[in-house]
Amino acid sequence: MREKAIVFEVNERQHCTTIPSHRTLLEVLRALGYVDVKCGCEKGDCGACAVLVDGEAIDSCLTLAWTVEGRAITTVAGLGNSNNPHPLQAAFARNGAIQCGFCTPGVIIASESLLRKTPNPSDDEIRFALSGNLCRCTGYTKIFEAVREMVLTRSGGVLR
Amino acid sequence: MSTTVKIPATHLETGSRQVGRPLERIDAKGKAVGSTRYAGDYVMPDMLHAKVLRSTVASANLRRLDVTKARALPGVVCVLTGADVPKHMVSTDIPGQTGSWGQNTGQPILVHDRVRYFGEPLALIASESRDIAERAMTLIEPEYEPLPGVFDPIEALKPEAPLVQGVGNVVASQMVRKGDVKHGFETADVIVERVYRTQFIEHAFLEPEVGLSWIDENDVINIHVSTQVIEHFRVVADAVGLPYNRVRIRGALVGGGFGGKEDVTVEIYLALLALATRRPVRLEYTREDSFVGHGKRHPFVMTYRTGVKNDGTITALEAKFIADAGAYVFLSPSVMVYAATAAPGPYKIDNLIADAKAVATNNMYTSAFRGFGAAQACVAYEQQMDEVAKAIGMDPVKFRRKNYMRAGDRTATGVVVPSAIWTEQCVDQAWTALGEPVEVSGPIKIGRGVAACLQGYGRLTSLHDTSEGWVGVERDGTVTVRSGVTDIGAGQVSALAQIAAEVLGVTLQDVAVYNSDSAVTPLAGTTTATRALYMTGNAIRQAAEAVRRRLAQRAAKAFNVPPDDIDMAFSKVFVADDPAQSMAFRDLVRICAAEGIHCSELAMFCAPFTEKLNPETGQGQVHPDFSYGAHAIELTVDTETGEITVIKSVGAHDVGRAINPAAVEGQIEGGAVQGQGYALSEEMIYKEGRLMTPSLSEYLIPTAMDVPQVKCIILESGSGLGPFGAKGIGEAALTPVAAAIANAVADAIGVRIAELPITPEKVVNALREKE
Repeated sequence: MREKAIVFEVNERQHCTTIPSHRTLLEVLRALGYVDVKCGCEKGDCGACAVLVDGEAIDSCLTLAWTVEGRAITTVAGLGNSNNPHPLQAAFARNGAIQCGFCTPGVIIASESLLRKTPNPSDDEIRFALSGNLCRCTGYTKIFEAVREMVLTRSGGVLR
Repeated sequence: MSTTVKIPATHLETGSRQVGRPLERIDAKGKAVGSTRYAGDYVMPDMLHAKVLRSTVASANLRRLDVTKARALPGVVCVLTGADVPKHMVSTDIPGQTGSWGQNTGQPILVHDRVRYFGEPLALIASESRDIAERAMTLIEPEYEPLPGVFDPIEALKPEAPLVQGVGNVVASQMVRKGDVKHGFETADVIVERVYRTQFIEHAFLEPEVGLSWIDENDVINIHVSTQVIEHFRVVADAVGLPYNRVRIRGALVGGGFGGKEDVTVEIYLALLALATRRPVRLEYTREDSFVGHGKRHPFVMTYRTGVKNDGTITALEAKFIADAGAYVFLSPSVMVYAATAAPGPYKIDNLIADAKAVATNNMYTSAFRGFGAAQACVAYEQQMDEVAKAIGMDPVKFRRKNYMRAGDRTATGVVVPSAIWTEQCVDQAWTALGEPVEVSGPIKIGRGVAACLQGYGRLTSLHDTSEGWVGVERDGTVTVRSGVTDIGAGQVSALAQIAAEVLGVTLQDVAVYNSDSAVTPLAGTTTATRALYMTGNAIRQAAEAVRRRLAQRAAKAFNVPPDDIDMAFSKVFVADDPAQSMAFRDLVRICAAEGIHCSELAMFCAPFTEKLNPETGQGQVHPDFSYGAHAIELTVDTETGEITVIKSVGAHDVGRAINPAAVEGQIEGGAVQGQGYALSEEMIYKEGRLMTPSLSEYLIPTAMDVPQVKCIILESGSGLGPFGAKGIGEAALTPVAAAIANAVADAIGVRIAELPITPEKVVNALREKE
């Protein structure tokens, strides 16, 4: 089995680590201690493992670690912490959009990715952006409300 | 999204400051920023990685299981088979704190000689890495002698069917007899009969089963695991032959349960491997392991026959349930009790026969799932209510109203419910909230449906359930709560903090909760059966009130007033009608500590204890109390493609008292969507026992694009047996949803599809047959 040392950045921290060719980014991130990235299916079905790679949400379980050479990864813990949460994280907590919380890292990453690309999304665009992230607890109602609240706050109260 | 109906003034508790507010849960921020650690997030030095090898056939004799090659693979540390654990069985089907029906699941931990279902565990592997464990799995060669299997419960009841379990494959049954059914049917003007079917359902919690075990310096087996039931330490101890006080289960915040982490999952495997290797062992299921490896919701075949007078009075009901128990017993006996006793739903039916049978097959075993038999019954009784209403030409809501069980009426099992019965309010408000229908045209048809339900909260009273909880105050005025309760995502822990804060007059942020450790937190019982708030909430309230009484007594002495005049709020202690006389809460705690006044309390709350139901009649108390609720649906059906789109989804429930209304809404919203999946898209398909849908791309739970914003209507009768008059909502939130959807589909297309899930294919076929 081939191995290769690759360099990449996670939450603004540099890593250089030797990785076998078949390792997924999910496996590597969790082995490095980024256990806020969740493993729900390893098949790209549930979205719990989503991270930002150069600002774009991807399923880390479907990404071979070798392919992130030289790129910048952000996990949900890289967005904020409990003393200084990212506004989306605060909105999720405040809106009761979190129950068991296992899907939450992926859902927040998907929401952040959406809002970076589309700062003022329509309701349909929000639902479409979240459709790759399964949640079994909330029924999506409060997740949707949290994202919508963010849109509203950022757009100064103007909804499309 | 919700509107809250105000509690009638007479039910209002005074001084409510923390309870009843939609506060941000204490576990929310950690989950939002990714700092929460789940059971799968722990590792230890020198840790091994485990895998479970499962059978790939459903019915066979296991002739040989050659593990030589696997054991010889470098990096493999341990392989265990049935031969290594010959006497070990999964020892109980009644997990939890108290009570036992003494019934064995009958399942060996690892197959000895007979394979009874696809996925039955054959061997355990522990190795230096996950890669090696996976490779070792491929090196184990089971040799099977195929045996005829039976895969349909009705077939399994035939005398010639292969015997899987029990006598004639019946592993559990429950009957209910009330009144005179023969006379009831004789006096009916119309009799309606229909068979309703439901499917195997998967919990599909986002976090697959996972745990880490190690043996500590005192020879105690520690298991850090995702579970609804830390009291399984006893099951594990029995299984591996250790005293109960040598197994310690440390829970974690659970990534979803829904009943799927109620039975033992990975704990026994982890204990066996840790004992065999004396090294820490981690076992994490893949999604496929999870789908194959835990029990499902029972599929039911439900034959309903209802007699009714033309004026809408129900004169008799005969309900027969046949449930597929799969290959082993697990919680089927309790599920049958729930189903049979819920057969008439929230209706007053004086002449009743209900028979529920759980039948063994070579399918996956079935066990607990949110709603627990009562949810399946609701799929039948609420569709039947619509069909009976239609048969006599009466409006379905009006017909229901004529037959609701009301305060003082007796349940199916002859008990007067101790709390309010607000079925009518729930149905009327949910139905009204649908508002004006959306406009449709052409092949798109619109339909509306409603369903009411009753759902017990608290475990079966014959199990003699108890819950212990501890509350203490610190010298800086903060409050500590200790409870064994597991938090499976509904806010179980946060609710305890809210209750303790309420009683002691502090804010939620002043309370820390330590939970879910079978060795150091008081055993609170299972997070199942919609019991956590009712049982642990009452225990924590009792404990907090005991502390408050002692503190208030001391404060009364300081202010020279009677103790009843002392109030506590905003971290202050004061004379209720003269708040100028006050001191900081922490100062009072310091005084008490210095004087040796006990500033903590361990309380035990006991549910009602009863005997089991009368075996001849099924009469007697089943649950401590019931929750009543309703769900209303508006949907469209594309009559060309069969596609169903849910447009409006409204849940209305009397929760007694909403400790945290935002958390209650979360339950109703989540239940609505899980119920929608049950009705429309979810089905675990087994072909000759083999699972054909082992992934989340084949087993389809609703996504954000499949569901509307759910509307919640929270009613508060204040009459529940939980803390501050709360009832339970966890299961009731789901129970009526699928029937409401089925009724709406029938309303839209004029033909009933009595078999869940209602797929586009079934819709198109039903419409073709209608033509």
